[in-house]
Amino acid sequence: MNPAFSVVVFTTAAGAGQGLAVALAIALLAAVPMAPSFVRASLLVAIVLLVIGLASSFLHLGRPLRAWRAAAMWRTSWLSREVIVLPAFIALVAIWWLTARESASTLARLALPFAAIVAALLLWYCTAMIYACLRFIEEWAHPLTVVNFVLLGVSSGTILASALAALAGETSALALAAPLALVVTLAAWASRSAAWRRNAALRHRSTLQSATGIASARLAQTSMGMSAGSFNTREFFHRASAAALLRIKGIAIVLGFALPSLLVAGVAVGALPDFACVAAMVVQAPGLIADRWLFFAQAKHPQNLYYQVVS
Amino acid sequence: MIAALKALFGRGGAPAAAEPADAPARQLALVIDLNVCVGCHACVTSCKEWNTGGAAGPLFDDNPYGANPTGTFFNRVQTYEAGAFPNTETVHFPKSCLHCEDPPCVPVCPTGASYKRKSDGIVLVDYDKCIGCKYCAWACPYGARELDEARQVMTKCTLCVDRIEDATLAADDRKPACVKACPTGARLFGDVKDPDSEVSRAIRERGGYSLMPEWQTRPANQYLPRRVTSVARGTASADVGAEGNLRASVPGAADAGSASGRRR
Repeated sequence: MNPAFSVVVFTTAAGAGQGLAVALAIALLAAVPMAPSFVRASLLVAIVLLVIGLASSFLHLGRPLRAWRAAAMWRTSWLSREVIVLPAFIALVAIWWLTARESASTLARLALPFAAIVAALLLWYCTAMIYACLRFIEEWAHPLTVVNFVLLGVSSGTILASALAALAGETSALALAAPLALVVTLAAWASRSAAWRRNAALRHRSTLQSATGIASARLAQTSMGMSAGSFNTREFFHRASAAALLRIKGIAIVLGFALPSLLVAGVAVGALPDFACVAAMVVQAPGLIADRWLFFAQAKHPQNLYYQVVS
Repeated sequence: MIAALKALFGRGGAPAAAEPADAPARQLALVIDLNVCVGCHACVTSCKEWNTGGAAGPLFDDNPYGANPTGTFFNRVQTYEAGAFPNTETVHFPKSCLHCEDPPCVPVCPTGASYKRKSDGIVLVDYDKCIGCKYCAWACPYGARELDEARQVMTKCTLCVDRIEDATLAADDRKPACVKACPTGARLFGDVKDPDSEVSRAIRERGGYSLMPEWQTRPANQYLPRRVTSVARGTASADVGAEGNLRASVPGAADAGSASGRRR
């Protein structure tokens, strides 16, 4: 696939917003002492990230003014389900943000964070299933897709939470967020590596023979039927070289997983100043963008079999 | 955890191939005869011509007279080479929407703009409802859908719905434009659920097959395979004439049916 930057930014930013809300909810449910002003400021950051994601998703549409129609087919379409759950999640976090004060009732203080965790998991599931339900895009049609969307979101959210806690001097929150960020980031690294290994070993079920029904063992296209490309050649081919893909994978590993893990580990054991969590966040953001780009670029659509040779 | 998630996949991911209760009684489709297609692209141009001026149009054209023309087409003719020299075969391969009986592009559409018509099984897009999210194109393994870059809505073969139902046309003209244009009669059109139709007979008698059967989309359009007429061997010295070409003598050409073998 040719990665669309609107979707890459949308899924990465919204995932971080979800992860941040989940990290705050875990801290609240674990009764970690935090200033309400810190909780509210962090929730505002989560809302901003989610709204950036929502706005970015509109950029992917050919007809954004008709976007309201996309909630119609929730019975069959994971995209439609995501379109319903994303604004619902933003509304939930907004209500939480508005009510996160000292005066809030115990029910609101516990029920809203719990509901946010459930809604965030539901939203990750909907987003991941948009890709995982396409059975013939075999790089995506696997439970690891769902696992990775959840783990990458929680990883970026907990690292963001530890960065905010470090900036606000919330030592109790940081004492929870930094080790949690380390564990989840290492888990995300492991499960993403598992997906890369699976993709590398994948033998696609569709072949040029099954695509055309011509049984000959030696079969090659001599013309795709047009000279200067079409939607089919623009949407489904990323045109990056194998070397470029390898470089981007290196960026994803180093910036997305290795460096942030080292930095938050250093903070967790006290070897590095708390401020290193901010560095971890700054380093991880481009790494996760690179990783999400790779998620799309690695998916080989079977239609590409029909578009191999121009002349 | 992985196993539990896999179990969850059963429903949303891969719908069962069983005949749904509301399956259309009629299924209009094309049957494409690879044995006679000569790769002239008349179906491509007639499709573009009809549909750019019809209910599905206008179809985008970018730089049509320049060096790199591109645009929206519902139908393409591709060319493949099978076998190794000197026993190679050139196969011209027309490709358009297959109007699957279990179309994966329809359930993923978030707005309901993509639908399979109950009355005759044609897969269509309501251009007024389409938001141009391109998800249906991702969900089609055949690459049958093209986003119209000018209108920013998804477009595809309509089987010329505005032709085949037009009572003002002569009965013989109520066929898709590509079928009418084909000079060799490589494109048959009809109801594949009527066992006595021309298309059903052709599929039955000539080994009609589906593309990418591995995904259980059950394409309505079928392809008729090349029939190999045996080429005389061992007489090359006699057969290579002054022009130096390998001349293929075709024994039993009058009885091509019995000499033929399916190429799959």
